[in-house]
Amino acid sequence: MSIDTGRFVRSNRTEAATAKKPSRVGGVAIWADERLGLGTAMKKNLRKVFPDHWSFMLGEIALWSFVVLLLTGIFLSLWFQPSMAEVTYEGSYDPLRGIQMSQAYASTLHISFEIRGGLLMRQMHHWSAMLFIAAMFVHLMRVFLTGAFRKPRELNWVIGGVLLLLGILEGFAGYSLPDDLLSGTGLRIADGIVKATPVLGSYMSFFMFGGEFPGEVIIPRLYIAHVLLIPGLILALITAHMLLLVYHKHTQWPGPGRTEKNVVGFPMLPVYMAKAGGFFFMVFGITALMGGLLAINPVWKYGPYDPSKVTAGSQPDWYMGIAEGLMRITPGWETHIFGTTWSWNVMIPAQILPMVLLMVVLSWPFIEQWVTGDKREHHLLQRPRNAPTRTAFLAAMITAYGLLWAAGGNDIIAVMFDLNLNYITYFMRVAIFVIPTIAFFVARKWCISLQRSDQE
Amino acid sequence: MNTNLPAERSREVEADPIANPGLPAHTWRPTDVDPHAERRAERQVALLFGLSAICTLGFLVSYFALSIGEGGDTFLNLGASTVALGLFMSGAFLFMGIGIIQWARKLMSDQEITEERHGAASPQEDRDATLEALSAGLEESGIGRRRLVRNSLLGAVALIALPPIVLLRDLGPLPGDALTRTIWTRGMRIARDVLGTPIRPSDMEIGDLINAEPEAIFEVDDNGEHVIEGAELQIAKSKSAVVVVRMEPDEIIPGPGRENWSVSGIVAYSKICTHVGCPISLYERTTHHLLCPCHQSTFDLADAGKVIFGPAARPLPQLPITVDDEGYLVARSDFTEPVGPSFWERDSE
Repeated sequence: MSIDTGRFVRSNRTEAATAKKPSRVGGVAIWADERLGLGTAMKKNLRKVFPDHWSFMLGEIALWSFVVLLLTGIFLSLWFQPSMAEVTYEGSYDPLRGIQMSQAYASTLHISFEIRGGLLMRQMHHWSAMLFIAAMFVHLMRVFLTGAFRKPRELNWVIGGVLLLLGILEGFAGYSLPDDLLSGTGLRIADGIVKATPVLGSYMSFFMFGGEFPGEVIIPRLYIAHVLLIPGLILALITAHMLLLVYHKHTQWPGPGRTEKNVVGFPMLPVYMAKAGGFFFMVFGITALMGGLLAINPVWKYGPYDPSKVTAGSQPDWYMGIAEGLMRITPGWETHIFGTTWSWNVMIPAQILPMVLLMVVLSWPFIEQWVTGDKREHHLLQRPRNAPTRTAFLAAMITAYGLLWAAGGNDIIAVMFDLNLNYITYFMRVAIFVIPTIAFFVARKWCISLQRSDQE
Repeated sequence: MNTNLPAERSREVEADPIANPGLPAHTWRPTDVDPHAERRAERQVALLFGLSAICTLGFLVSYFALSIGEGGDTFLNLGASTVALGLFMSGAFLFMGIGIIQWARKLMSDQEITEERHGAASPQEDRDATLEALSAGLEESGIGRRRLVRNSLLGAVALIALPPIVLLRDLGPLPGDALTRTIWTRGMRIARDVLGTPIRPSDMEIGDLINAEPEAIFEVDDNGEHVIEGAELQIAKSKSAVVVVRMEPDEIIPGPGRENWSVSGIVAYSKICTHVGCPISLYERTTHHLLCPCHQSTFDLADAGKVIFGPAARPLPQLPITVDDEGYLVARSDFTEPVGPSFWERDSE
């Protein structure tokens, strides 16, 4: 670097500028500090260091799509009517005019056909929900593969896992609201799952639906959960997630000058703030592009909910795919003892296994600590190959996830590839045990050989 | 830039025999050292912000210019308003975002800075002081010593958890026997589910399938108002929907005691899947198989509704049918077992 840079460099200060006279911004800061005393907290945090790596952006996508969800959701709530009272549709969508439907469905049509930008907002809301959950999934995998959940971040991992669960519940509550044929079918399946609960099942179902399915209270009840209870919890947990992130400081990849004892990167003000802020606009822009061009959940095509009808090829939103797959491949096991019915065919795939999966995810950091005996703090990330068993476990889980997803769409696969539906299901019943096991050993072997080639 | 403390370095020697070389030297970007490049980057960023502003104007124009609803403008069969608003909103945000990021990458400092980490735990003296305060507080409260006070409080607190649970009692009525019966009664006609018209056996060819409901669903009073409506109607439909199919009489293998439940090859089964309750609708006339579109449980309607594939555990309930004086298909009785998904207190023999 032989260039004399002193003359040109304005933006690359290596030390903080010392202000002689408070600038206008400084004046505001002083006014605020005299009342709020923020100076001490801000001193450290305004120039807080954030390491840079593309994979650290995944959680940001989740955060920003949640903001898109809040904004578009507020818009939708101005017109949506969470009521199952019957009305006759008189709106501008010709094929449904004169038909009896719930106010929830009629107001969804109203938003889609008579409010300018309403359909755009509805589609953005649905797409960003998909993106929110997808980004949380990928973020979770990144944190898992690189060992970023290790001490002292175990609790933040647990918070993240709960956020993912809440996101999925929020999504399910949301797409049940329009009261169209598809969402009603989803609720009916939920009712069947609830009814399978031993001892309390039918009571839980009657308390949920205010009597027999479908009743007339489930939409208003889901609505308040969807717009207040669950988002409130999500918001609170996101706050805790971010506060812990700031407190622990971000993990970083090892490298020259980057150790367990320091964190190297760009300061929050201005670089990180600009990059993260700009990224919000990009996430918003991409969601708007999808909302404008890609139709999603065209509820007017399904028609209002009628419990005696169903659309062929009924499919839930993608994140429900594994539950759907599990339900499809579990054989029809049921036990009858002393005049009671135990529906293993519903309990195992829809109640027990999702709980087990959630527990494994939430307790993973503690299980790993117990197995390895490693109780030290870790701030440097691991390459996936350097933790072969963990990586192989994830490979097996991803394989199982993919298989269940395919099993959840077995009817669509059968039609598309002209295969026998029953054989696909029989194959899946075996494959779900065999293929993830193979994936585990292959991935483990692969990691170890990558380690070997690193050493050469 | 290397901030490793000497003490730490010596500790790490064993684990990592290669000394930490420290951060690589910073290299200047063209925009740092070349005023032309700097100017160009400024123009790029400003151009992006300008494009964003143009898109925002486009958004406003298309909001007012394009009509929606009945006879609204379309573009490639899509609602023109939705497409234009989406594209312009997307442009407005994307150009803004790209502009800001470009500004950060090209014109803001790219000098990495280093911060020391601290352990997650508090300093030892803070921890000691807190523990001391905690035990002093607990000691002064007497919660350990005054057992009577503590235990009576615990008991009262445990009890106070009950009212919130009890308050939820009115969320819904108790199930009672609601799940075990439907609105089908002896002699109720079977009606087509859209038209509400009754069915004569001669209306059906071999291989026909009719989606049907009990006639009560369509009943109107003297003023032409439906007798069953609203939530009650939805509940009735969710349990009483049936499929009526006709096959060759000798193809039917009747279940025990069901020899007279069919009328010249016509049988009626509950349309509600015994797995989790989807309405079943896909029928194969040659095999008499009925397939649920939700989880692909398959039932054989020629063989007492037996499950031949999929996750369902129980056969479809059969509706016993006959013909009335006028020759229309009617139910002989309600279903003889609960329809729909299993529930715990369901007595399945």
